[in-house]
Amino acid sequence: MTAAETTPPRSTMQAFRDGLVAAWTSVFVLVLLGNYVGIGALAYEFGFSLNWMLLSTVLVWAAPAQVILISTLNTATLIEVALAVTLSSVRFLPMVVALLPMLKTKEGGPGRLVLPMHLTAISVWVEGMRLLPGRPAPERVPFYNGLGIGLLAAACLASVIGYVLAARLPTILAAALLFLTPMALLMSVSRNSKTLIDKLAFGFGLVVGPVLAAHKVGLDLMWTGLIAGTAAYVIHRIREAAR
Amino acid sequence: MTMEPYLALLLLGVLPSEMWRWIGILVGRGLDEESEIILWVRAVATALVAAVVARIVLIPPGALAAVPLWVRLVALAGGVGAFYGIRRSAFAGVLVGEAILVIGMLAFGG
Repeated sequence: MTAAETTPPRSTMQAFRDGLVAAWTSVFVLVLLGNYVGIGALAYEFGFSLNWMLLSTVLVWAAPAQVILISTLNTATLIEVALAVTLSSVRFLPMVVALLPMLKTKEGGPGRLVLPMHLTAISVWVEGMRLLPGRPAPERVPFYNGLGIGLLAAACLASVIGYVLAARLPTILAAALLFLTPMALLMSVSRNSKTLIDKLAFGFGLVVGPVLAAHKVGLDLMWTGLIAGTAAYVIHRIREAAR
Repeated sequence: MTMEPYLALLLLGVLPSEMWRWIGILVGRGLDEESEIILWVRAVATALVAAVVARIVLIPPGALAAVPLWVRLVALAGGVGAFYGIRRSAFAGVLVGEAILVIGMLAFGG
């Protein structure tokens, strides 16, 4: 055994701390802060308690899902809320699948992956995919946990700030806080849409969503996802076939 | 529809999100990230997030409803323009969008 292998606790803690530092120096932290200040304000406007809002950040840890939950829970049917959240979070499946090979080590069962997988949100995932290849394999899980917990802590702090401010600010600033949510969602999706299919899906969704909502179509979020997403996919297939 | 808020959080928020992370662990390497089904799933999820953005801008909650619709739309478009114009910076995009919103409110009432 080498010296490094006999002192795993120090190395693990060091890797975790490196992850925390990477979280707080990431460019994502700014978008995340904006997004969660907005979510805090949104939760206040829709009448949720501060504790409920914090718990939703820690346990759901998916900004779009939280926005859907907060903004539709009091108006839509329960099945519509559940379907919309389910569809919005499907993206975790391919993200987790892509991430797993990087976190696989010889020791440790699948149990050690539960925390890193829960911490996987779009911001954590993008930074993880970028930074993990540069870390030695045994350090990757603690590093990723540090990254995830660092960003989650920042989001919790931001959402409390948004919640508290929304209750005290004049209308004009409260409106600006609420506007952070659509802006930040728009920015993170734009930044992650590098392929034609993603861009088309987002563009179609922006158009189809309001049309369905205006016609009071039930389950409009779900139908928008299916219609606009499938249309984008079909165009992608046609283009591929034409090549 | 009413449901106890914490129960709703667990059943309608945590469960539908967390289950995909668990399924991801179970499916593991069995799925290719570039497979056709994943491409389609990602497109559906992306379109749904777009619908959420549109909903908040068009049917805004609370204080945001005090801002005229066209100001909200111009602010959104300005933010996107700034994002693409200023080195694809999300920070610049959010900042410009917010600035247009606040100036628009000050100038055209709210």
